[in-house]
This record gives sequence, structure tokens and C-alpha cells, in this order.
Amino acid sequence: MVELTRRATFSASHFYWNDAWSAERNAQAFGRCANRNGHGHNYTLEVTVAGTPDPVTGFVVDLKWLKDVIEREVLTAYDHRHLNLEVPEFKSAIPTAENVAIAAWKRLEPSLAGLKTTRLRRVRVYETPEIFAEYRGEE
Amino acid sequence: MKAYFGRRYSLSASHRLHTDALSEEANRSAYGKCNNPHGHGHNYVIEVLARGPVDAGTGMVIDLVALDEVMRTRVLDRFDHTNLNLDPVFENRVPTTENLCKVIFGLLKTSLPAAELDYVRVEETENNFFQCWDIDEEDLDLR
Repeated sequence: MVELTRRATFSASHFYWNDAWSAERNAQAFGRCANRNGHGHNYTLEVTVAGTPDPVTGFVVDLKWLKDVIEREVLTAYDHRHLNLEVPEFKSAIPTAENVAIAAWKRLEPSLAGLKTTRLRRVRVYETPEIFAEYRGEE
Repeated sequence: MKAYFGRRYSLSASHRLHTDALSEEANRSAYGKCNNPHGHGHNYVIEVLARGPVDAGTGMVIDLVALDEVMRTRVLDRFDHTNLNLDPVFENRVPTTENLCKVIFGLLKTSLPAAELDYVRVEETENNFFQCWDIDEEDLDLR
């Protein structure tokens, strides 16, 4: 089994807010991230797949194909967007790094499920170089 | 839904790799430049990964501010800008980065405000890093 990771970057804005809570509770839970005018990050997405290298090509996955899947499924939806206002899954889920990792997994997984033996292993999302979240599917 | 949250911190400290269990010559042979008598320092990067369910209210595995506070009080205040060899935990333990990694894991393991500690990674330089997922309790008489 070999793991392969492809990085991609996108820039987006967001804010943290739970509609079920008072403004005071939101401010207490989320601090500056609760500013309703939003703020932005340069995100880095790391998509890791795992599989056995193909005996003919030596590839776990065709990187160009994976790059295109990431662009089509995630970057076109997230890059230079306001996550809360323009991305459907964040109408109901707060776009924390955790939820962005989960949502990116859900966007990528159907395309990768068609591969013969290679599987999506994890999705890691860096909000800044020091803050990141990861999702590994149902464990 | 289970997910992971990670955070990277930095701390600067000095150390000298030396053990009384070996002769002067054997220390020099085992540790090379790291055995120089007056020690040397690193800008360590500590990567901490926590795992747990994503809270339905906050969308988070762990509150970043609370994690930072635990890290500051348990680890950074203790080791940042210090000589690791002089800390009691390294009195009978060589302050290799393997051991520093285990010590930090032990200090954080039962201290997180939510979630569980998945791993601690300590990067000694850009080219060396160490990671641990668990420790033996008996192995670590943390003080």
C-alpha cells in the first residue's frame, strides 16, 4: 500500500455563527471569527489517496486526473468564494476547518470511489500554516 | 462525526545530549556535536493533533483558544527559552527530541479540554522530526 498526497490551494472568506444561539453566545464561542462581515484565509488542501501501484503504469493514481478532480469538485466551488454565502453545504454547517475537511471529502469521494483499488484516505485542510483539520471518512 | 484538529506551536530551547551511563568517549561517539559541553539550541516546532466528534453547536473538535491555553500552561511556559537539561523531567533522561516528544505527549494526554490526543510531533530542525502516538505511563514519571 502506498499513499499519495496532492496539495491544492484556495482563498475564501467565512465567519462562524450558530443561528440557534444569541449574539452574545456566538461572540463567546467564536470570538473574532463571529464577525458577520467575515474574514478570509489562504487555505491549503491536502488530498491523500492510498492504493497499490498499478503494475503497468506504476501509479497509485494519475496525478493529472486527481488534480482535475480536486479543481472540478472543490476549487471551483470554494476558491475566491464566501463559504457561508455561496457554498450550499455551509448554509447548514458552520465552515470551521473541521467542516471544510468533511465537506471536501464528501465532494471528492464519489469521483474516487470509481477507482479500481485506490481509495481516498484522508483530507487535510490548513486554514493557516499553524491551524488545520483532517477527516478520514467514517471510522 | 469524528474528525481531527491540528495546531503547530514553536518553542526555542537548548539541550546537550549526554548520559552518565556512558564514558566521556562513548558519549562523544554516540552524540557527536550534540555532546559539546555547553549545549546548543533549536527552534522546535510542536505539532499537536486532537481527535474527536465534531461538536454540533460549534462545528469544532476542540476549541482552539482552550487548546492554546493548555499548550501554553503545560508545555510552552515550562520549556520555551530554557535549557532542557535543567528541567526535572530530564534529570535522569537524555533530552533527545524523541524524549521531548514523549514528555510533551505525557503532559498533554490527560489535559485536553475536549477530544483525545492523537499524536505529538516535534520538529527539531526542518530536516528532523519525531512523532509519538502513545507512551507507557510507567515510562514517564512526569513532574
